[in-house]
Amino acid sequence: MHSGGKIKRSYTRSLDLKKGCIEMVHGSGGRAMTQLIDQLFLAAFDNEFLRQMNDQACFPGFNGRMVISTDSHVITPLFFPGGNIGSLSVNGTINDVVMSGANPAYLAASFILEEGFPLVDLKRIVDAMAKAAQGAQVPIVTGDTKVVERDSCDGVFITTTGVGMVPEGIAISSNNARPGDKILVSGTLGDHGIAIMLLRENLAFHCTLESDTAALHDLVANMVAAIPNIHVLRDPTRGGVATALNEIAHQSSVGMMLYENQLPILEPVNAACEFLGLDPLYVANEGKLIAICAPEDADKLLATMHKHPLGENAAIIGEVMEDMHCFVQMETRFGSKRVVDWLSGEQLPRIC
Amino acid sequence: MKYIDEFRDGALAQKISANIAIEANPARSYHLMEFCGGHTHAISRYGIVDLLPDNIHMIHGPGCPVCVLPIGRVENAIQLAQTPDLILCSYGDMLRIPTATGMNLLKIKAQGADVRMVYSSADALKIAQDNPEHQVVFLAIGFETTTPPTAVAIKQAQAMGLRNFSVFCNHVLTPSAISHILQSPEVRQLGLVPLDGFIGPAHVSTVIGSQPYEYFTEEFQKPVVIAGFEPLDVMQAILMLIRQLNEGRAEVENEFSRAVLPTGNVKAQVLVADVFELRRTFEWRGLGLVPYSALKIKSAYAEFDAEKRFQITKLSIADNKACECGAILRGVKQPQDCKIFGTVCTPENPIGSCMVSSEGACAAHYNYGRLRDHNFSMKKINA
Repeated sequence: MHSGGKIKRSYTRSLDLKKGCIEMVHGSGGRAMTQLIDQLFLAAFDNEFLRQMNDQACFPGFNGRMVISTDSHVITPLFFPGGNIGSLSVNGTINDVVMSGANPAYLAASFILEEGFPLVDLKRIVDAMAKAAQGAQVPIVTGDTKVVERDSCDGVFITTTGVGMVPEGIAISSNNARPGDKILVSGTLGDHGIAIMLLRENLAFHCTLESDTAALHDLVANMVAAIPNIHVLRDPTRGGVATALNEIAHQSSVGMMLYENQLPILEPVNAACEFLGLDPLYVANEGKLIAICAPEDADKLLATMHKHPLGENAAIIGEVMEDMHCFVQMETRFGSKRVVDWLSGEQLPRIC
Repeated sequence: MKYIDEFRDGALAQKISANIAIEANPARSYHLMEFCGGHTHAISRYGIVDLLPDNIHMIHGPGCPVCVLPIGRVENAIQLAQTPDLILCSYGDMLRIPTATGMNLLKIKAQGADVRMVYSSADALKIAQDNPEHQVVFLAIGFETTTPPTAVAIKQAQAMGLRNFSVFCNHVLTPSAISHILQSPEVRQLGLVPLDGFIGPAHVSTVIGSQPYEYFTEEFQKPVVIAGFEPLDVMQAILMLIRQLNEGRAEVENEFSRAVLPTGNVKAQVLVADVFELRRTFEWRGLGLVPYSALKIKSAYAEFDAEKRFQITKLSIADNKACECGAILRGVKQPQDCKIFGTVCTPENPIGSCMVSSEGACAAHYNYGRLRDHNFSMKKINA
């Protein structure tokens, strides 16, 4: 009775990754969404956990202390010299995880996409995420996609969450800075913020400055291996080094003294800051870290950092001291001292 | 970029500092006003006061363009920004100036007004070209430095026949403010504010030249040294002022000769004279009504005058009673003399305008100068 013929598989046109764009149906939970996930996200991020296509990723547990960190990325412009929102969202969360001294293990990524967003741009972003994740050997194991109507978001927002495992005997925390400790940075300050600002403000400056966005897991692993007793690690992103140090000073109830002539700052960053009336100490970094350690460990830690490509411009920039007011101060090149205060509001350019 | 570090050379600073210490007469004191916010900023950021003997007192002047804008004009701008389909453009610092009720342009923006931060008047002009269906108003503020670019924008708008661009002009003049301070009873008769000499503006002087200051040296017998905004410029200017005072001279000297000519930038002056004319009087925050101290747009360019286009009315609004910005801007009080300094009034929550811009005396002292108070009190504790 049965004809025996197979039911024809319905033909689905594959995603037009050149001219297509995000439509509301890509977030509605139907075939279009599955197709987007399959052809774009899974294709790029492919790994055994994601391939199971469950609403959650299930992975083997760890012994000992674990860390988790989450970060939302909302940058304008989405693409910039040195990276894009994709690489930033992977590196940023990996860095937040490793600032505890942890080895990063897994990432989750959640996308909010604006209706009309070109697929070609989304693919560039997703490919950059995949490349960054593979480079750091941290798979993106689960995710989510939502689409919002045109003008409801700025192209694409990405939230990433990372988990990692802290090796035994490591106790890095922002309340561990002690008077006498040395303060180190892993490289030049303000590169990311200035690279973005020059694009965003349409200032017709021509320079080759690139964002420093990078995952610091490998550098941190080397540092922790050399000096397990690092007191504090922090990546000075928004608000720059000044803000991060003020936070640490308050969390540790200490003061700090920086030395202006020890600060590693690229000449174009300095020049742009001069033009715009900004202070490089408050400008964002995306691939740099601050380390605070006991004075006797500082030289070895610095030498370890210098051996890594992401730490070759590392420098000791100051020291921790006793201060009930928790002031971060700086000895200027002039030989005078001044407060390096919290950033108030956004850094706005001065007028004349 | 070259020539940043050269003007911030620590060894040279120590040399000038040593010379100042040698030449300053310990039997007298020196009260020097830096008129410009740019100098205030440099003095604070580089801790220049640390390098001066105790008998040299730096008095912060009113040369911070956002600080001297009266609350009424800020209120005008906020009302303007709430006009439907209007884009208000201004410079960064301007957006945070609070009114008497704590409102500011950034808060109005958060509530839905279209307020945009621009880097130049040309940016505002571009916004007007790109948004023909919107009225675009450039909230123009500043001393003589920012006036020529506003003039250029107005002339370009006229040449392009832009019908949706106008300027809310708040440009003010440096020499009339200095005169006003020197003529104020506090300085002239009462002697409450000792003022021995001025560090003259850097960028303003590139436009107006050094000649306009000669009146002060003749009429008031106060030396003026025009100085650049780099910390070494300021140190050198202080040394030059001390030499003049020690020798009983009152002259205009130009430390910033790499940029300032006696006659200034004549081309810019011609542009400004073409587009603007003097206001009979203008209210300054802290100084009150100052005659012939500000510019308005000439009737030939009336169609680009936002005050006319939107019939902006004059509002006179008093400062918050506790705020001492007025006295601080006149040099009568120091930031730390104000009861709400650093407590109610902070850079996060500025009550007065001097706490807003990093060129403002209060913000500069809050950001950089508190350390001196702190170290001073630590010394006392340790002693």
